[in-house]
Parts: sequence; C-alpha cells; structure tokens
Amino acid sequence: MDVLLLLGDGMLLSLQPLNLMMILIGVTLGLFIGAMPGLGSVNGVAILLPVTFLVPPGSAIIFLAAIYYGAMYGGAVSSITLGIPGASTAVATTFDGRPLAKQGRASLALVTAALASFIGGTVANVLFTLFAPLLASVALSFGPPEVFALMLLAFATFVGLGGDDIPKTIFSICFGLVLGAVGFDQISGAPRLVLFDYNGFLQGIGFLVLAIGVYGIGEMLWTIDQTRGDVTATTPKMTVKGMASDTKEAAKRGWKGTMIGSFLGFFVGVLPAAGATPGSLMSYGVAKMVSRNPDEFGKGSPDGVAAPEAANNSASTGSMLPMLTLGIPGSPTTAILLGGMVIWGLVPGPRLFVDEQEFVWGLIGSFYISNVAALLINLAFIPVFIWMLRMPFTILAPMIFVLSITGGYAATRDMFDIWLIVGFGIGAFFMRKFDYPLAPAVLAIVLGPIAEPTLRQSLLLSSGDPSIFFTRPVAGPITVIALILIFMPLVKVIRRQMGKRKKPAS
Amino acid sequence: MKMTKRTLLGMAGAALMAVAPMQAAAQDWQPRKPIDFVIMAGAGGGADQIARFIQAVAEQEDLTTRPLVPNNKGGGSGAEALIHVSTASDPDHTILVTLNSFFTTPLRQENLGIDIQTFTPVAMMGVDPFVLWVHKDSGITTFDEYVAKVKEMDGEFVMGGTGAGQEDSIVIAYMSGAYDLDIKYIPYDGGGAVAKDLAGQQIMATVNNPAEAKGFYEAGDFVPLLAFSDERMPAYPDVPTIKEMGHDFSYYNQRAIVGAPGMSDEAAAYYQDLFTQIYESEQWQGYLTSESLSPLWMDAGEQRDYWALQVENHQSLLAALGE
Repeated sequence: MDVLLLLGDGMLLSLQPLNLMMILIGVTLGLFIGAMPGLGSVNGVAILLPVTFLVPPGSAIIFLAAIYYGAMYGGAVSSITLGIPGASTAVATTFDGRPLAKQGRASLALVTAALASFIGGTVANVLFTLFAPLLASVALSFGPPEVFALMLLAFATFVGLGGDDIPKTIFSICFGLVLGAVGFDQISGAPRLVLFDYNGFLQGIGFLVLAIGVYGIGEMLWTIDQTRGDVTATTPKMTVKGMASDTKEAAKRGWKGTMIGSFLGFFVGVLPAAGATPGSLMSYGVAKMVSRNPDEFGKGSPDGVAAPEAANNSASTGSMLPMLTLGIPGSPTTAILLGGMVIWGLVPGPRLFVDEQEFVWGLIGSFYISNVAALLINLAFIPVFIWMLRMPFTILAPMIFVLSITGGYAATRDMFDIWLIVGFGIGAFFMRKFDYPLAPAVLAIVLGPIAEPTLRQSLLLSSGDPSIFFTRPVAGPITVIALILIFMPLVKVIRRQMGKRKKPAS
Repeated sequence: MKMTKRTLLGMAGAALMAVAPMQAAAQDWQPRKPIDFVIMAGAGGGADQIARFIQAVAEQEDLTTRPLVPNNKGGGSGAEALIHVSTASDPDHTILVTLNSFFTTPLRQENLGIDIQTFTPVAMMGVDPFVLWVHKDSGITTFDEYVAKVKEMDGEFVMGGTGAGQEDSIVIAYMSGAYDLDIKYIPYDGGGAVAKDLAGQQIMATVNNPAEAKGFYEAGDFVPLLAFSDERMPAYPDVPTIKEMGHDFSYYNQRAIVGAPGMSDEAAAYYQDLFTQIYESEQWQGYLTSESLSPLWMDAGEQRDYWALQVENHQSLLAALGE
C-alpha cells in the first residue's frame, strides 16, 4: 500500500537525529507548558514559533506539533493534582480527575489520563493516515446548519442526563450562554451586554477566565469551607507495583470513555472552528450518557478522566487535517502553525499533499513518534506530580491562588480578567453551595459562541425557516437525536408523575 | 484565548539576541522592551498571516533589538484592538496591524470615541485586492453568466463574507447596486471560514482576497470571475476588472502598520525605518507577488491624507449600504 510506504518513509524521517531531538524537547516543553495553568498549547506554540527559524521547516513543524501534543498530555496534570485546568482543553478533566485525587487516587487519574491520551492520539493518527482526503470532504460538508445541530447535540448530552437536577442544569447552561454572548456580536459587529459600559467587557469573557475562576478559586474556597482549613493531606504512595495495578484498573474502568473520546474527539477536531476544547467537553457528556453508572461521574470516574483526555489528543491531530488539506485551521493552535507554514514558504491547502509529500508524511510520521515519546515522558514524571499533592493544604492553597491569578493574567495580559476570575470564583462557590452544577455553564461558554452565529447563519440561509435543521441530510438526523435526548428526561418525569397519581387511586 | 506570554517571549528574545551580534546603533531611539504587535483580526485570517510573516522577517533578519509580540484582538470588527491601542499605557511600544476596519469601525460605532487621525502613521505595506469567486461545480465561468444566474435565482443566490459593514459586504453591496442583483448575504467571522464554506458549496460565491482563495484556485476548485482592482492582476491576467465593465469602482484592503496615539516622534521614526527595511526585504517583496498584493508605498504625511480620503470614501459607501 502506497500510504504505508509513505508513512514508513515519514517515520524514518522523523527518527533522524535532529528531528528526534526536536520531538523529545518539544514533547517535554509541551508537557510543562500544558501543566502550567493558563498556558496552553496556543501559548506554547506562539512563544516558540520564532525559535524554529533556526532549523529547516520540516523539523520546525515537527517541533511545534510535538509541543501541541505534549501540552495535551500536560493539561491533565494540574487539572488532576491542583484542580485548576492546565489548559482550556483539559477543563473537562477536572470534573472527575480532581475528585479522584482527593480520594487519594491521583495516580490512577494520572495514569488513566496518560493512557487515554496515548490511545486517543494513536486512533487519530491511524484515521488521519488512512482517510485524510475523505475526512477533508466531510469537514467541507459541514455548513452552518450542521455545526449548529452538532452543538445542539452537545447541549443535549448535558441536559439529558439522568440523576442531575434538570432545571438547575438548564439554569447553569443559560448562565454560561449569557456570559458567552458578552462582547461584540459577530454577525452585526455591534457591542452587546457591555455591563456598566465597562470597556473590559467589550472583548468578551474568555472561557479560560471562567474555568480558572470556577475550578481554581471556587474549588479552593469550597475546600476551605468544607474542612475549615483542617485538611488531612492525602498521602498517595507511588510504587512501580502501584502503577502497574493502576494501569490495570485504568484499562478496566476507563476503556469506554477512551474509545468515545478517541473517535468523537477526532471528528470534532476535524471540523474547522471547533477544536479540542469542545471535543473534550462533548466526549465527557457522551461518556456520561452511555455509562452504566452515570452517578459516578463528577465524583471520580476513570471514564470521566479518560473521555476528555483521549478526546483532546485525538482532536489535536484531527484539527491538523483541515489545516493541511484545506489551509483552514481547526483550532487556535493550528492557526498559529498555519502562520508558521506560510513563513516557511509552504502553502497549506489542497495542493500540499501533492507538492510537499515529504513534508506532509514526515509530519504525520512524527505524530506517531511524538505520541510514544509523550506517553513515556509523562509516565516518568507522574511520581513528581504526585509529590506535589503531598504538600499540606496550607501551602497548596496559596499556591493554587497564585497560579490561578498568574495563569489568568498570562492568557490575555489584562488586569480586568483577574477581577473576573476572583468574581467567578466567589460566584461558583455560592452556586455550589446551592447545588447548581457548574460544568454545564463551562460547556455553554465554549459552545455558545459557536452555536449562536451558526444558528443565525442557518436561519439567514433559509430566510428564517427552522426546517433547515431537519431537511438537510446531515443536519437532520443530528437535530432529531439531540431533540430526543433533550426531551427524554421530561418524558420520564411526566411518566413518574402519572405513575404516582395512579398508585393512590388503585 | 489570546496569544503569548510577554515575559517568556522576552526571555526567548533575549536568548536569541545573546547569540546574534548586536545591531549597529543607527538610531537614537531603541525599544526597551518587547513590542506589543496588535492585530485587528483573529488568528488565521489575512491580516494575521501578514502580521506573522512580518514578525518572521524581523526575526530572521534580526532587525529589532526587542521582539515583536503578536497580540490578536479581533473582537467587534477590530474595535477591541482600536480601544486597546488607543488606551495603551506605553504608546512607544504599541503598534497595530490594520485593515479597512480601521476606517469603518470608528465610523459605524461612534460611541467608541476613536479618532484615527490621533494614531501615528508608520508604514503602508501594500493593498490587497478583492476578487469574485465561484465554485467550479456551479458551471459559471464568466461574470455575465454569474449575473444571469443571480437574476434567475431571484433572491436565493447566497454569498458569504465578513461581518456586516465590513470589507466584503461593501464590495458585494456595490456590485449588487451596479448590476441590480438581489443577493442573500451570510456574515462570517473571517475570510478563512468564508473560503472553506465556498469550497464545501455551503455558499455560492465570495469576494475573498487572492491570498485566502489561492489554494483552492490552484487546486481547480475556485473560478475567479471579476477583479475589484484598478488594473488586471498579473497572477490572474484573464480576469476582467469591474472598471473595464464601465463602473468606476475599485476596492482594496489596506495592509498598514500604525502606531499608538501619543507615540513620540523618535519612536515613530524608529518604526518607520524598521518597516521600510521590512518592506524592502526580499521576503516581503516576494510575498507581495505571490499573494497578489499591490504595492502602495507612502510616507507618513501621505498616509494621513490617505486615511482622510478613505474615511470619506467609506462614509459614502456605508451610507449607500444603509448603515
């Protein structure tokens, strides 16, 4: 097979000493950049782009792709150990990773994250290798109505979950949607919801700002409140034997989430404009929905760690696809990679696979190698990450506070965001006190800004006729499934009520 | 999410400088810290590509003693960037990569209180023409066929472009008026997304810049029908201009660098000299040719006059649009 020959050549190319060195340095740097709260792959790639002019373009992009990869692994680390999302792509990892760590099972969570990342990355690489041109055409067939239908499905997976308080979930989603609408309207260009006419609101509320506020500051306040400062530090032990049994347990209790994340994440990543963050959140929702014990989610389910972690790695490979084949970035990070390629004199787009075969296959080959390197390096560092957890809470809490503040500032370099983080942290604390789920709000602020313009574009296309979401061949089935999921719990509630009424009568 | 952490880049820049020979001190003023290189558009679009290309040239040729740090602020058709730059605490280290929303956004949103004449002219790097594109599967090969098709579809012909009141909508509005066309217009957040949806035939035509459509054109997917440049473009010699059709109209997106309001004369002179060097570099001249940009070099005084003229032009164009 031609493809395998090309891939083999590509792998050999990426095993050349210079390229291999680039992979190892890139993955390690990425791991730490990803692990730093607030700094994600976008920042890592942007910061290090100028450094890459020292090496040939082929090696340069391998280096940057390795950073991208490493950051996807690293994001999980602070999500699990500190409860602050290391990067926007790892927010969903905090949902279950943090509870696991609090139960003293941080090593299980970290091992699960690493393995899921590895499998997600590998599945994505294989799909990429075999079906790149085909998938590019799938990405093109997704117009505004299809993207909106997909977003609707994502919301549905969060609403249609048994166990949660549905009115509170919907409130939480609406809260996130309103926050997501602050700033400039993309369609008309007019400012909206500029609260108190404060200029800081003009640029909108960053998703990471909300996530750091909610999970960094909010979580810290919550822990202090629950324990009155008297936290018995968990003393997780780290032995080779323990890691082996963790691996077994991760495989047993996380395989389902891993599979969902691997495929769904890749597919969402391939769609331009989506990227790894929505991919990981959607995978979490779906994993919870199909799980046999959804109640475990949010309280420390390995599946809940595996799904978003597999998805964010898978999506990061997926989002390379529209960049390389169409010249359109699928995520903020690939947008910067694209800029890099233009500078190196490569023209991403439909001709790249033909004109620059060696470059393309060298890059794809490097994905496989980077993935293996990232897994090994990550596993090697787990004991170090665990060690952080042994610190007493009186040291850890100020550290979380400082990291939340600096991390939030790093992303936009705007003092205004710091105040927002503190505000959201306090708000989140009270929402939690009153038992409001916070994850749906986080989901809404990510997906809202994608869903809203596509909804309006679709309705413009159809001159205001909503049937456009049902009549198109791809959008139709997705919309129907989403609506069923949304209304399923309602039907359940009505049936239960009817059952109750019948009983006293009989 | 926005780019880069300033301190880290500063460190990276310092590391690079340590190995590079110090530049001869030709000027009196030198930047003392990393330069905030604000981009009036999101990552990945035409303006962003250009900004990153410029940054790369400066880095490769070792033209600055402190790095240019790209900072995307694309919100609200560039209003976010205009506010950021006009309120910059250190105007000597803040410069802006502009497009035509530099003129249109302050006109459309007077409440922002932005007066572009307070900004400091630095360099006009070139102007980017607009071209009308259709997908090859539409069967349309000439502008006449396009006009006939739009009329036949009677309001159902769908075109995509950037947000309302921005460059693409101005070009399409002019063309619609001149040929009495009824077009359904779908706004997108950037030229890249527009080109992608034409490639997927979600929309039927666009007025992308050549740089944004080039890949699909070379792959044979896009067909150029009409150029909105003053003369035929060397890369597209068979594509007629709207001027040849008897309409006195041309429209370009400016690719210019401006300094923050209140920038000192010494700093302005430094940046003017820096961007003259970049403009004259082999890389930039090659970029102008490969991406079909037209050169339009101007000195600082000419740039101010050009701004005034553009504001006037856009006022009447927007008025015609009903904005």
